[in-house]
Amino acid sequence: MAGAAGIDLRRIAVWLWHELRVGVPIGLIAATFISVMFNDPFVRTLIYSLCIGLSIQLLIEGGRYGLAGWMRKRGLDSPSLRENWPGWQWMLPWSVGAAVVGYYCGSLLADAITGGQHTHSPFGNNLRALSLILMFSLGFTLAAVWFFYSRSRMLTLQALTQAAERSAAESQLKLLQSQLEPHMLFNTLANLRVLIGTDPARAQAMLDRLIAFLRATLAASRSGSHALADEFERIGDYLALMAVRMGPRLTVRVDLPESLRALPVPPLLLQPLVENSIRHALEPKVQGGRIDLSAARDGDALVLRVRDTGIGLANVPASNGTKFGLRQVRERLAALYGARASLTLEEAPGEEGGTLATVRLPLQQSPST
Amino acid sequence: MTVRALIAEDEPLLLEGLRAELKAVWPELDVVAAVHDGDSALQQALQQRPAVCFLDIRMPGASGLEVAQALAEDWPAGEPFPLLVFISAYDQYALQAFEAQAVDYLVKPVQPERLAACVQRLRARLDERASSTGPLPQTLEQLRALLAAPAGATPAARLEVIQASAGNMVHMVPVDDVVYFEAADKYVRVITADKEHLIRMSLKDLLPQLDAQRFWQVHRGTVVRARSIVSALRHESGKVTLTLRERPERLTASRLYAHLFKGM
Repeated sequence: MAGAAGIDLRRIAVWLWHELRVGVPIGLIAATFISVMFNDPFVRTLIYSLCIGLSIQLLIEGGRYGLAGWMRKRGLDSPSLRENWPGWQWMLPWSVGAAVVGYYCGSLLADAITGGQHTHSPFGNNLRALSLILMFSLGFTLAAVWFFYSRSRMLTLQALTQAAERSAAESQLKLLQSQLEPHMLFNTLANLRVLIGTDPARAQAMLDRLIAFLRATLAASRSGSHALADEFERIGDYLALMAVRMGPRLTVRVDLPESLRALPVPPLLLQPLVENSIRHALEPKVQGGRIDLSAARDGDALVLRVRDTGIGLANVPASNGTKFGLRQVRERLAALYGARASLTLEEAPGEEGGTLATVRLPLQQSPST
Repeated sequence: MTVRALIAEDEPLLLEGLRAELKAVWPELDVVAAVHDGDSALQQALQQRPAVCFLDIRMPGASGLEVAQALAEDWPAGEPFPLLVFISAYDQYALQAFEAQAVDYLVKPVQPERLAACVQRLRARLDERASSTGPLPQTLEQLRALLAAPAGATPAARLEVIQASAGNMVHMVPVDDVVYFEAADKYVRVITADKEHLIRMSLKDLLPQLDAQRFWQVHRGTVVRARSIVSALRHESGKVTLTLRERPERLTASRLYAHLFKGM
């Protein structure tokens, strides 16, 4: 309880500081302006300006929070309401009213402070001066309202951007972790260690694959695109590493038509699907199996398939894995192509069994053709 | 004196690598079986009766730990139980558990000094064993602790009703009605007082969803409701025969779980 109250007090203090940071300088500017224009003593003008300015600010801000709260209570909701902004159609008339009422209340308060010798403001008998001051207050008022509005909007946008950046960084880290899975990495290194002693040439080839795999995985940019041929090459690096590890238990078939090689695709889009096939479908199967990687054109869609002959969807325990890979592929597709792309996962047809993952993308011409 | 050994490792290069390195540091070791999956490991170990088993943790078929559990249950009484060495690339929970239980384990890639130290320890234990009855009681204790160690997974929600499908019908069986569960390949047989159902799920996946106070695992393939057990009869082999309240058949509790049945 004490902690919550402390936080509230601190929030109120911060809010008050933010308000005064605007109201006091406006009062100072107004006092300077008026004392120069009407040749009035500065201190007295300052008291009037501050009293009037802060009264108007109190009314406007009170109305802003009050109105927004009342509208939210009535079940209305919008991003600007969440920033306590009821909208210009409410705030414009309210600000005008606040300016008039605030002017008189502030004047009375200042009268009281300065000793009441000016029962009316110094310009009370001068209609022109009064309307000038009123217009002046109103102008400042509207400027202040606009300032508050745009500042709270900017803060909200900033918070949203920060949250989005954080979540993007988190998901990138998770992706990296899933691809540089320690079990995969250390087993690969263990294989490499054996090969260095028995077959240095093969060890070198495996190391080159590992380097290419690590380079592609660690490449900072997950945006952009590369050619489909490059995508298959990178997936090929990973599969080559797995083929060394699994020996005869893994065979790989790749079908990439010549005409599709240059088509742009998001980098390493298929990687999580291939990893799932290895990890959940083929590794648990005693006799191993095959992975078919293929690309085809279907009308104006590019269809990419990852098929395995593993234990099949029905036999993968629900507890196994976090579905992070699939979710990640779906999110990338949605972000890049919206509803025009899809990922489906199903039992593979034919008596070999296993799982078939199909990615459909809108066909895009590569920049070079 | 030659020492017979089994190596179970699913990655062929790693298996050959380990075999070669073992040969260099322990020439008397005779690898009588080298297998690539858990099921073959169990079968070969029971057939060949090696003195030492090197078991990879992650293998197709049964895992290294499951092989160890099955060996502890099925190893013929009176035969010296093999010394076990687990191998893993990276299973932090398993490694912590091994560390805590002082079980021999190797981390891949295996460092030569580490392998030499492991071999030395195995040799010392084999010498010790020549003069005593064998390490089974100690191994059982270690295995019990390992099997009880948290696997790192979050505990599953308690199951209240078992949905067993038969053709187009789904039978709703309250968990409280179940007398015992029995593993049958990829299925689990669900036995109540008067019926039997089959569910397509492994016992390993089912187990975390059961209340361990009410349902006791008494064998790697059997989980029984504690209050259905009428009596437990101990045998010299270490196994225990259970008589049930609602069913005529008898169940066997393995050595690994025999400690559950002792007088208060």
